[in-house]
Amino acid sequence: MRPTTKSQAGVSRRTVLKGAAAAIAGFPAIVSAQPVTLRYLGTAVNQSKEIAQKVKADLGLVIEYIPVTTDEVAKRIITQPNSFDVVDAEYFQLRKLIPSGNLLGMDARRIKYADKITPVFTRGQVAGKTIGDQGTAPKKVFYLEGPTSTKFAAAPTPWITLIPTVYNADTLGIRPDLIKRPIGSWAELLNSEFKGKASILNIPSIGIMDAAMVVESLGAHKYRDKGNMTKAELDLTIKTLIEAKKAGQFRAFWKDFNESVNLMASGEVVIQSMWSPAVTKVRSMGVPCIYQPLKEGYRAWAAGFGLPKTLTGKKLDAGYEFINWFLSGWAGAFLNRQGYYSAVLETARANMEPYEWAYWMEGKPAEKDIKAPDGTLLEKAGTVRDGGSYEARMGAVACWNAVMDENDYMVRKWNEFIAA
Amino acid sequence: MERIHRRLSRLIAPAAAPYWQVAPLAGVLAVFFLLPLAITVVVSFWRYTEYSMIPALVGDNYASVFAGCLAELPGLCVTFKTYLSTLKFCVLVWLVTLVLGFTLAYFLAFHVRSLTWQTVLFLLCTIPFWTSNVIRMISWVPLLGRNGLVNTALVASGAVPAPLEWLLFSDFAVVLAFVHLYTMFMIVPIFNSMSRIDRALLEASRDAGASAWQTVWNVVGPLSKPGLVIGSIFVVTLVMGDYVTIGVMGGQQIASVGKIIQVELSYLQFPLAAANAVVLLGAVLAIICSMTRLVDLRREL
Repeated sequence: MRPTTKSQAGVSRRTVLKGAAAAIAGFPAIVSAQPVTLRYLGTAVNQSKEIAQKVKADLGLVIEYIPVTTDEVAKRIITQPNSFDVVDAEYFQLRKLIPSGNLLGMDARRIKYADKITPVFTRGQVAGKTIGDQGTAPKKVFYLEGPTSTKFAAAPTPWITLIPTVYNADTLGIRPDLIKRPIGSWAELLNSEFKGKASILNIPSIGIMDAAMVVESLGAHKYRDKGNMTKAELDLTIKTLIEAKKAGQFRAFWKDFNESVNLMASGEVVIQSMWSPAVTKVRSMGVPCIYQPLKEGYRAWAAGFGLPKTLTGKKLDAGYEFINWFLSGWAGAFLNRQGYYSAVLETARANMEPYEWAYWMEGKPAEKDIKAPDGTLLEKAGTVRDGGSYEARMGAVACWNAVMDENDYMVRKWNEFIAA
Repeated sequence: MERIHRRLSRLIAPAAAPYWQVAPLAGVLAVFFLLPLAITVVVSFWRYTEYSMIPALVGDNYASVFAGCLAELPGLCVTFKTYLSTLKFCVLVWLVTLVLGFTLAYFLAFHVRSLTWQTVLFLLCTIPFWTSNVIRMISWVPLLGRNGLVNTALVASGAVPAPLEWLLFSDFAVVLAFVHLYTMFMIVPIFNSMSRIDRALLEASRDAGASAWQTVWNVVGPLSKPGLVIGSIFVVTLVMGDYVTIGVMGGQQIASVGKIIQVELSYLQFPLAAANAVVLLGAVLAIICSMTRLVDLRREL
């Protein structure tokens, strides 16, 4: 491996020279003492400076982030599988990623906390209760039939597709100060009371699921699987959206995190699909915003680490080492404090203050002020997390982000909706 | 030795010189423009699945682009509707930037005498490009939004009873943002044409008894034609291919061809996106061809 200037930041010129000299003289022992660099492909949201620094301190591994969008992650895995060493991808993408044969079935025996990974992933359960599995629920794509297989296994095997990093349950965000009444159902998104003040996200595969939650709660149709609609179901869902659009229900659609924050904070929109950190951002601007739990449940998503099949030797070892470190608690606590959920709850708990755990995970009123990892104030003492505890939120999941069999048709229908 | 020298000198002889001079640019264009373009056209005939592209020679992608276009007549299919909407923006933006660009260039070329002031005023015109696209787009919200500056002022002055909704996330907002950005692309070529006009012609026109308007219409206008056409080509191609401005200012509610291609790319439907891109390229080329028909650029330059 040729050391790049970027990955070698923090290594003095002398060490590099020493390494080079050793390489010439043929002393492999010293060469191997050089830090291994892992190129980490993923979305910027999960690529914190703090995590890279902590990994450097704990393991001596250099993490080189490659921040791209979710779609770009999939594109890279399929078209340039040699351009990264570790990838943070979403579970719903696996249905198109695994058939490409570019990802490794990870050996569960080399993952120290494999048995401790929350049953949300392995069995689709929270606290012993089975949760909604419509769409690409992680349990459907968690195991492979073999390390180089391109088929998902129905029963647990020692070959894992992705080791979970973060996951969460998404719902609608609302402006309680402008709506001035309780909101309890997805159907409210198309309530004419909010005409010209509603928004939905313009990412077809996610937007269609939110739309399906609305259609179902309006009583218009009961889907067999919202994450895998038939053509007729897609027609119906898009028809409902087009009617609402023509009636002027929507103020705008959004595609990017900051757009959703902007729409909500400026009051252009009072009810919309939203992501948890965006709600936190609006609130930290001093604008009231609630991540509203709804009676039909949440739309969940999950992301995890995968390794490319081409990874071998020292890099492969480093990949496993990094993933094991990630599950060992520090990173989990770091993510939990941002409102996400982590894969191994017990190790994360050991790395959090009891009052933090009580607020984020148990849904109890905050004993003290709740702060973000960077020290900014998120919530004042006494606040309760929207949606309550881990069990209440993850337990109420209705469906998961998905890739449908009729994906092409879905994208075409969505374009029709935007053009309407 | 002598022979090599002779051969070399023949290679760099005056006759061969122009070819050497264009070679670097031609090479860059071939590798980074013609080759990708050819690949795009080839791929547009391939088949694809979620995770792979299969070399083939099928028209499926084009059929998919124009799916339902015949069946839905006299209604419009998605592709026609999208092109119609994009064309509408093209015409509106073109008209506004043409009038604005011509007026501003006229002012800069004929009324501003000192070179310093011309430079300063030109720099002023580039202000829209001083910030990033995203920041510029986001700043429109506090200005044009429901609770924005313009609406607050209008409501406070009693001009309107309630905030105007159509200021933002509307056709109006899209045209406004385009004009704000692309007028510059009109000003520069028109100014360039105008600065080449012999001032004696203007005097002759005045001496012959023409009014100021007649001079602009019959002398300055025709002589600025190359600039007008070049500026128009800039504006039309930029608007046809844009999806960021339409997306942000239209609140993502207005379709554009670029957006459709982007969505297809993000779902790894490369051959379908390639087919759409080829259709778009054809449409833009057709527009440019008809514009250059109006003015023989080569002769004018």
